[in-house]
Amino acid sequence: MMFTRSAEQQQFASSLHDLLAAADVPGAARRWADGDHSPGLALWRKLAGLGVTALAVPARSGGLGASWLDVVVACEELGHHAMPGPVAESAAAVPELIAALADERLSARWLPGLAAGDLIATLALPPWLPYAADADAAGLVLLAGPGAVRLATAGTRHRSVDPARSLWQARGNEVLAQGAAAAGAVARAREAGTLACAAQLLGAGRALLGASVSHAGRRSQFGRPIGSFQAVKHQLADVAIGLEFARPLLDAAASTLAPRDVSAAKVACTGAAQRAARAALQVHGAIGYTQEHDLHLWLTKVRALAGGWGSQAEHRARVMAAIADGSLAWN
Amino acid sequence: MTPDTGGFRAEVRDWLCAHVPAGPLPPVDTAEGFARHRAWERELAAAGLSVISWPPRYGGRGASLREWLVFEEEYYAAAAPVRVGQNGLFLLAPTLMRHGTAEQCDRLLPPMGRADEVWAQAWSEPEAGSDLAAVRASATRTEGGWLLSGTKTWSSRAAFADKAFGLFRSGPGRHDGLTYLLFGLRADGVTVLPIRQLGGETGFAEIFLDGVFVPDEDVVGSPGDGWRIAMSTAGDERGLSLRSPGRFSAAAARLVELWRRAGGAEADSLRDRVVDAWIGAQAYRLHTFATADRIAAGGTLGAEASLGKVFWSELDVALHETALDLLGPRAELRDGEEGRWLDGYLFSLAGPIYAGTNEIQRTVIAERLLGLPR
Repeated sequence: MMFTRSAEQQQFASSLHDLLAAADVPGAARRWADGDHSPGLALWRKLAGLGVTALAVPARSGGLGASWLDVVVACEELGHHAMPGPVAESAAAVPELIAALADERLSARWLPGLAAGDLIATLALPPWLPYAADADAAGLVLLAGPGAVRLATAGTRHRSVDPARSLWQARGNEVLAQGAAAAGAVARAREAGTLACAAQLLGAGRALLGASVSHAGRRSQFGRPIGSFQAVKHQLADVAIGLEFARPLLDAAASTLAPRDVSAAKVACTGAAQRAARAALQVHGAIGYTQEHDLHLWLTKVRALAGGWGSQAEHRARVMAAIADGSLAWN
Repeated sequence: MTPDTGGFRAEVRDWLCAHVPAGPLPPVDTAEGFARHRAWERELAAAGLSVISWPPRYGGRGASLREWLVFEEEYYAAAAPVRVGQNGLFLLAPTLMRHGTAEQCDRLLPPMGRADEVWAQAWSEPEAGSDLAAVRASATRTEGGWLLSGTKTWSSRAAFADKAFGLFRSGPGRHDGLTYLLFGLRADGVTVLPIRQLGGETGFAEIFLDGVFVPDEDVVGSPGDGWRIAMSTAGDERGLSLRSPGRFSAAAARLVELWRRAGGAEADSLRDRVVDAWIGAQAYRLHTFATADRIAAGGTLGAEASLGKVFWSELDVALHETALDLLGPRAELRDGEEGRWLDGYLFSLAGPIYAGTNEIQRTVIAERLLGLPR
């Protein structure tokens, strides 16, 4: 296999970047935080126009049946721009869950809408995802347990550290699938959602580094840009190193979707994004500690996603379980 | 994820399995150990495995970067002896192939590949460490060549090696007054004083030069062009060629095995660090293969090499510290399996210092990759 992203994938990322950069995503995120989803949903439809929502949907259900690396490329860009809404859920986990249930009736009911971007989905997957994110903006809410997948309705609302994200208790209703088939599909969905979440984190980390570099070049103290001070340079160099070496794990996880690789990617992307967030806040100083500055949209999203789709401890445990069984092959 | 390298991996694995000495050789930085390691290099060379990535005319087999990485993985996995010629193989050879003359390549590379001539590096001086351009050892023009005078220090392998390469001041300009020269460590006017390293072996030496004659044919590139050439060597050193991922993949696999056998509360509390070391080794491996693909497709490795240098050197320290913490009270033992971890740990501690300290690398990353103001 190749270890680098293709020219098409790089072109796709750059088209998404252009679209989002021109779209005032921070403005949409602020409105989302105030309970007005309309600018965010309009953006969602624009993304659908570029195929983002169809990537994880099989071709026979109206989707693109793209590779997981394509999904990663898209989710990384969405994270880069702090796109509000249930990104990992609707663009990766739920399409994979429904497709993996292999029930024609369920596929026909929801997959075409998800692919077209008309339907936004979210899910709770306890204990990894105790709440369904942004269920109030979703047309489909699921409750995925090991024993059954149920249609759900939004119950009690909880606030997230990320103002552009709300968390909802999922009340399970109609059983859509159960038994071994459900368990297998939920396991697949868990890997897909975790992978997408890791990609968002990497993208958010890149954005935080970019914002920090740009701020450090502009902001002067003691008569010189603060970015010329070695203490600032070295912090940001460490951020760059963390992001640089998280990406290959992410891409490898996309090619296998194996628990060991997905967890390694989530651990590394979370660590890199959290380091980027801490450094970004430190470099921005007091202005970064406000809601006036857009930086908070990325800082809080990183904190929210860092624990989402499984804690660091849980993912490290999964990696160890996979590597400590005596088979140490580097494949 | 295993790179497709056909039967090459199997060939290397089989050969190493049949030939790698059962126990560790005596330390490379002792007279006996150096000789034993040189003999091992000759065995590798006879099997056509000492310099696989070199062109056949110099003793290589023109292997691709990917094949070289696979070779390295197998080499470390087999716990084969440290490469006594590595300064020459991984630093000087790429420089000669890029900047040397055909005559120099024909004359110097084949004996280097067979370890008939082992090379030491002679960069640092007492007053020129991170600030390498501050070198004072001089090259003065004379009939048919140059006369070298001054002091070089922290020269790895110089206590037992045959020849050395380094930068000398041939003119006043800070950067354009430097010339890249090769000299014999047993030539007239050379005194080599071994220095014991942290672990006790004489892995370093100080080299005193007093009017040492070097013929024109042993100048690499043009006089005054040494800085540019040395920086391209430093790029190789920081990049793919100095620390291939095999070292960390093999060490991480051994660390996981050590953890598994340790068990108990000690192991529980260290689990996350073991996992992080494994993830780091995996990240470096995947990253390196991606870089190899990029280079094979015509890309180049510039300041990006600094990202890798900081990453692997810190990973190496963290990995070995974790192993020693797992060993607990037995970590201080210098013999047996514990001693191998301790040796690895002591070796890892040098990583953040050599080939440009990690502070220099972070500044390079900040200024050249991120574009922060100087």
